[in-house]
Amino acid sequence: MSDDTDPETGFYALPGDLMMWILIISELIVFGAGLMAFMAVRLTDPQGFTAAQGHLDATAAGINTIVLVTSGWLAALAQRAGAAGQVARVRLLLASAAALGALFLWIKMQEYAAKSAIGIDFETHPFFTFYYLLTGFHALHVVAGIVILALVGWKATPRNLEVGTAFWHMVDLVWVLLFPIIYLLR
Amino acid sequence: MKYQTQKIALIYFAVALALFAVQVTMGLILGWIYVSPNFLSEILPFNIGRMLHTNSLVVWLLVGFFGAAYYLIPEEAEREIHSPLLAYLQLGILVLGTAGVVVTYLFNLFDGNFLLGNEGREFIEQPRWVKAGIVIAALIFLYNVSLTVLKGRKTAISNILLLGLWLLALLFLFAFYNPANLALDKQYWWFIVHLWVEATWELVMASILAFLMLKLTGVDREVVEKWLYVIAALALFSGILGTGHHYYWIGMPSYWQWIGSIFSTLEIAPFFAMMAFAFVMVWKGRRDHPNKAALLWSLGCAVTAFFGAGVWGFLHTLHGVNYYTHGTQITAAHGHLAFYGAYVMLNLAMFTYAMPVLRGRDPYNQVLNMAAFWLMTAGMAFMTFTLTFAGTIQTHMQRVEGVDFMSVQDQLWIFYVMRFGSGVAVVLGAYILIYALAFPRREVVKPGPVQSHKSAETPAE
Repeated sequence: MSDDTDPETGFYALPGDLMMWILIISELIVFGAGLMAFMAVRLTDPQGFTAAQGHLDATAAGINTIVLVTSGWLAALAQRAGAAGQVARVRLLLASAAALGALFLWIKMQEYAAKSAIGIDFETHPFFTFYYLLTGFHALHVVAGIVILALVGWKATPRNLEVGTAFWHMVDLVWVLLFPIIYLLR
Repeated sequence: MKYQTQKIALIYFAVALALFAVQVTMGLILGWIYVSPNFLSEILPFNIGRMLHTNSLVVWLLVGFFGAAYYLIPEEAEREIHSPLLAYLQLGILVLGTAGVVVTYLFNLFDGNFLLGNEGREFIEQPRWVKAGIVIAALIFLYNVSLTVLKGRKTAISNILLLGLWLLALLFLFAFYNPANLALDKQYWWFIVHLWVEATWELVMASILAFLMLKLTGVDREVVEKWLYVIAALALFSGILGTGHHYYWIGMPSYWQWIGSIFSTLEIAPFFAMMAFAFVMVWKGRRDHPNKAALLWSLGCAVTAFFGAGVWGFLHTLHGVNYYTHGTQITAAHGHLAFYGAYVMLNLAMFTYAMPVLRGRDPYNQVLNMAAFWLMTAGMAFMTFTLTFAGTIQTHMQRVEGVDFMSVQDQLWIFYVMRFGSGVAVVLGAYILIYALAFPRREVVKPGPVQSHKSAETPAE
């Protein structure tokens, strides 16, 4: 009973809360499995996938990547400010991070609206099934992340900030994996 | 027994065991019908027998969970149950409803009647008056235990248990909504029993297992609770969307194939975690609890649930596989080992732990109980293998080669005979276990030389 109840070693040395890390790993497994399934199905129809990918707006998604990574940077600054006890600065930074999250969602909505306008939906092609599933599921996590950032901004303890920003960075990380594989890979 | 109201559990366990006997006996009859299809075809058609087999299973498991809650909540909350009278009233309603169900099914009374007739939806065939009774009983139960916990000590075990029980009761409300569209009907139908066994019951299972580990191994509560939260999180994360592995087949959109495949594959994680949890607790444990049979059932439950629900579930959950195996004997193999491992063994672990305490004969007749454990578990394992082989052949002949259903069934006859044999072992084991739990009044087996030697080496604390 010595090693794993010691707060400074093993799982307990992780910043934030163990439960958040379990969630993050579970999420990465799910998105990882989704991307692997995408790649596997792509092998069965490379031309079809490339043709379908031609309908995507890689520029908007590229802008979205910059938006989300910047948001992650602001969240990281907020976490540092929290450790230094600057609550007002924490809230300003988190609000900016959340605002960029909202901007990400707005751009995403434009993207979905454009697809929908030319009659592309889940069933159009397996490519779009994965496109909607993976980016849609990711967008839901952006929504959840904004709520979490608001919550940890409200109760801005250093530990809460670690938990909340860890989730936000996971949302970032997943997007950085989705973007090249879905939008760019040919 | 620290609290008088824990005694309530005894009558719940008794009712559960009686229904358990009915369930396995009915199972044996059904097993014989597979071997000899015209057996009882006039007086007990197969579909009626199957309803009784599955309904009595679900009801006795639930009654067992209620009893387990009445046993463990006082110890966790450190106070008596709010109202014993309500607890007995709740059981009375459940028993009346169960009797009503059996009579309605057997004689097909009030067919088509809105309030009194069989509703005809698999597992939730109960007439509406019984469903209303179940809701009232559930409300009484939730009121009673929630109030007890609110007024007493709140622990992770009781919180997770209550979360599971509240969610399972809320999900049952879908039983009242029966849209005319068959796909929609099936969708809501799936929110009941399948979100039970793939999500909410797992919470109940994890918390009862945690309670047993706490009592049997003496590991610190803090460590047990950490595991419990992780298991509960994994169960909900994987289970809620994992249930989506059924949805495509009932007419829901095709993207459910992928959501279901990915999340249901992860459903193995909470079961693996429960198995790891049980063994780590025993290794770390500092207490040599005399109730060895309860420990055997607890470990057996964690292992068999991992194989039955986890491994056998994964076997056919990916939609590319399920496209061929859907509804074959593979499903039956998974269903039997999963229900037995996860929920039957969990209840039996709790009964084995609690009955000696409740009956004031701490602990007794372990050997007969453990013999029943091995007989039942071995029988169930053999049945699972038999049905898995039968299902594999069935899948190939029927779904790949396109041979018609009844011709394939003829080819499976030998497997059904073997399954019946394993069923006999399970049913005998069940009867022995019920006898061992309910009847003997004293310890009948003296410790052998190995056990005496061990106790001489490590004197009791």
